[in-house]
Parts: sequence; C-alpha cells; structure tokens
Amino acid sequence: MPGNRFNAFQDHGIGIGLRIPHYEHIFSRRPVVDWFEIISENFMVDGGRQLKMLDQILDQYRVVQHGVSMYFGSAQPADREHMRRLKTLVKRTKTPWLTDHLCWGSVDGTYTHDLLPLPYTWEAVEKTAARIREVQDFLEIPVAVENVSSYAEFHDSEMTEWEFLTEVVERADCGMLLDVNNIYVSSMNHEFDPMEYVNFVPAERVAQIHIAGHTKFEKYILDTHDHPVIDPVWKLYARAIERTGPVPTLLEWDDHIPSFDEVHNEALKAERFLRQPVQGVNEATAEIAEAGARR
Amino acid sequence: MTATSLVDFQRRMSEDVRRPLTADEEMQTTLADGRTMSAEAERYVKANSRLSALERLELYNRQYWFRIIGAFQEDFPALQAVVGRKKFEALTIAYLDAHPSRSFTLRNLGSQLETWLGANPAMAGRRPALAIDTARVEWAYVEAFDGEDQAVLTAEDIAGLNESSRLALQPHVQLLELEYPVDDLVIAVHKGRVRAEAASQAMQGVAREPRHAIPQVPKRTTYLALHRFELSVYYKRLSAAEYAVLQALREGETLGAALALAFTAGAVEESEQAGLVGEWFHNWAELGWLCLPQNSASGKMDEKVKR
Repeated sequence: MPGNRFNAFQDHGIGIGLRIPHYEHIFSRRPVVDWFEIISENFMVDGGRQLKMLDQILDQYRVVQHGVSMYFGSAQPADREHMRRLKTLVKRTKTPWLTDHLCWGSVDGTYTHDLLPLPYTWEAVEKTAARIREVQDFLEIPVAVENVSSYAEFHDSEMTEWEFLTEVVERADCGMLLDVNNIYVSSMNHEFDPMEYVNFVPAERVAQIHIAGHTKFEKYILDTHDHPVIDPVWKLYARAIERTGPVPTLLEWDDHIPSFDEVHNEALKAERFLRQPVQGVNEATAEIAEAGARR
Repeated sequence: MTATSLVDFQRRMSEDVRRPLTADEEMQTTLADGRTMSAEAERYVKANSRLSALERLELYNRQYWFRIIGAFQEDFPALQAVVGRKKFEALTIAYLDAHPSRSFTLRNLGSQLETWLGANPAMAGRRPALAIDTARVEWAYVEAFDGEDQAVLTAEDIAGLNESSRLALQPHVQLLELEYPVDDLVIAVHKGRVRAEAASQAMQGVAREPRHAIPQVPKRTTYLALHRFELSVYYKRLSAAEYAVLQALREGETLGAALALAFTAGAVEESEQAGLVGEWFHNWAELGWLCLPQNSASGKMDEKVKR
C-alpha cells in the first residue's frame, strides 16, 4: 500500500520511547534503532543535561516528538508559552511529524497533568478540531492525534469514541496516532468491541501506531505501560496494519522499565506484521489461537 | 440530562478530579455543601456493569493526586526528611490544594512553596525556618538543573570591563542566603537520585521515600550558590561579601557599585581587597557564571549596558 500525506513515513519502521534508564546503553552500544520517540515536555526546558543528551541522540538517530500536555480538547485557547517552547523544540529535533492526545487536561489555567477523556459531543468535535488546526498551522509540521485510554464515559456524549475521533481528524484534516492498546483498554472498561473501532477509523489518516502493555484489575484495566503487549492487542495491531499498510510503530514502556534489549525486542515483534501485513495477520491469529488452546 | 457546555463540563470535572483524597486514598463521599459525591458524579459520569459513576470518577481523582504528589515528593525529598513523612504528606496536600499546577509541566509544581511555607509555618514541622531553607535549596536545584546557559564572557569581554560595566549571571546560577547550612543535608538526601521524566501512562500509586536520619543542623547564616557545571548541579558556599557582589550584579548594579557593597562593613583590609576581587572573578569565570546582560525584549546583547 503506498504512503499518503498522513503516513508518508513508512520507512520509519519500529521505534521505542527514549527513556533515561537506557541512555547509558544507547551511548555506549549505539544499538540500531529505527527511531526514538521523545516526550516533548521532557525537553521543553532552557538548558541542562536533558537537552545535551537529546543533541547526542539527534546526532545518531531519528526522533519523533510525542506530547502529553497540548490538550487538544481543552475548551479554552492554547497556552502560547507552551506553543512557543514546543516550536523551539520542533526546530531542534526536526521531527517529521508531531503527536499528542485527543483529550483535555486544563481549564482556567489550572492543569491536571492527566489525559482526561472528552464528552463526545459536536461542540467538542468543533473546538478540538479548531485547536488541532491552530497548533498544526503554528508548528508548520503534520500533527497526528492519539486516542487515549479512558475509565469514564459521560451522559453528554452524542456519538461513539471512534466516530468522535474520525469527525475530529476529518475536520482538522490531520493524521491519527492509533494506539491499539488504548483501544483495547477502553473497550474492556466500556464494554465495546475493539475490532469495530479499528475497522471504523479512516485508515488513510493513520500516521503512526502505538502498542503497549497494561495492568488488569478486577473491575477495570489501567493503561500502565509496564508490561509486554498481550495477544489481543497484537491482534488489533495486525488488523490495523492490514488496513493501513506499513505504518511507523512505537512500543511504549514507561514504568518498571526493563533493559534496553528487552524493550527493543518486544517492539521488534511488530516487524512480522509490517513486512507482510496479510501474512502477519494470519500468523498472529494462528499464534493467538495456539496460545489460547494452551491455556 | 441537559448537555453542558464543554468549558463548564471541564470546570466541573477538574474540580472533582482535584478534590483532596481521604486518609484512605479514596474520593471524598460528601461535599462541603452537604451533597453526596455519588450524586455529583452521577450528574455527568455514566456507570457501567462493574463500576458506579463515583468509582469511575475516583480513578481519575486518585490518578491526579498520585501523579502530582509523586512529582512533588521527587523534587523535595530533603524537605520530607526534615518535617517527617506524615507531616510532609499533609504539607503536600495542603500546598497542592492551595497551589494547583498552573503550568504545562510538572517541573514548576514547587515554584510557590517557599512563599506558601512562609505564610503557613504550622505546616512546616517543628523547625519551620529549617524547613523553609531546605525547600529553597531544593527549588534552587530544580532551577539550576535545567536553567538556561548563556554565552560566557570572553577574554576580550573581560579585558574591556571597567567600574561602570554591567554583568549578568548565568540564569542557572541560584544565589541563596540561608538561616541554616542545609546544603550538606540536601546533598546527602539527593545522592544517587535521577530526576524522573513525564510519561503518558496512568500511575498505580506513589512510591514511599526512604527514611533519612537528619543530623542536628545548628543555626548559622550561610550563603550558597547552586549552579550547573558540565551538566551536573553543584553547591558552592560563598562568603557574605562574595554573595553581596553576585547578588548586586544580578540585580543590574554596575561593577563598581557591586564591589563597593562587598567592602562596606570593613571586614576586609583595603590592601587585600584587590587580590580578593581578582580571586573571585577568576573563580566565577572558570565556573562560567558570568555573562553579558541581554536585552530581554530582543534577546540581543544590550550594547548600552555592555560596557
């Protein structure tokens, strides 16, 4: 499947998150990694060690920026200082595209530092799409928005999450960072079919995919990014890749971080799907069935 | 159910998510006006087959506090050691309730702590002045860690200085006048720590800070600079005179006026003053502390104050 304006970076392959515990390994061993994803906010500072480390990474690797506090869904105007600092970082990293979440997290200048879910209303569609367009215009690079995992649904919602996501990206004319683990987590918490979500979203807008692990509790699942990817999430990933063709893929592992090699090897499991999407789906399906039969 | 405007929805949820937790780390069940939290949650959050509206909202309420308490504790471990774990927990919640984050980054959470502790000494344990000094040093560490690096003075710049010259200090250099010499204590508690990063996942709880035995810290006026050198933050004690000169330079005084401040008390013989000044400037230049003032509006060197 050819690339398009939202997933024209097919050669990016498989990336992993750049995390402090791995710095020593990366600088001493210089492992071959397709690209690193950085959390923008960790580098939106004026100076010091973090920026120095980033510059060393940039000397050797491709970097893509991922943000956690742009809050596209916050109803009030974007923080100009945040935008200014983000643009400074974009110039430094030369990130080919930039991602942040389809959520809100601040109001009246007070920040929750969480990725809070939106009510899926038409008002939210309009305001969120307008904010994304504003950020995209200001930064002058492609923006892709990520679906978040969530633990609450709201009476005000007028559509499903996947309909909301689709409406937002169409109106903003932006890309999508499809997090298949988040889809799985939310589907368990809100009792919907995750495959319906993956099948619905506009495949041609998927610029990047996230995979990750999570933690299952008795009554809900938390998106903790501290475990390997489970088979049902690989199945969703396989289906997504079948629809989108090869798309840059990133494994998130943010807590109880194991060795660099362990994280990287977990990420590289995505390779079999990226090389031959349809064959990968069949292989994955067979593996999942086999694993299920063993349990 | 009438649809709420998006901004009103966000105000309501933000207020609920930021409500302090109970001692058992659960969501409050009753609001100040007598309404139940369950009823409040049900106004806008749906229940599902396993969780009530309150339980779903509580997940966010707990995440909020775990995240910001975790970030705050990470920045102020020595303060926790000084006031004790239980009092620190109360201090943390009271402070963050009074000063929720007003920045896109958790880095700035502690920016109001010194002022708040000064206004709320009862929250600062049995030795409030010691606690405030500790908080000041730990906040200075945050500022020194990632403060801006400007171009250092060149030999040509230094050769051109005279008593009407104005200089600036690197933004990462933090100057403190303390009632207690708390730097050793802070260094001991901070040893081996790595500052954490932001991430996008949920948190499951707050890690407990190990207990630290705090030595007796006698009261003694102490002048301290926290600064960054080759990417690491260092603590350097200063003499009162040295501190006065640096502080005056930071405030925009001319070199002549700043140096005059250093020797007003007559503590240094006039014959020794030139040698002392030379030694200071040598050290400051070696550490890269000195730079030229910048025109804050344009970011360019301000030629009028350069010489």
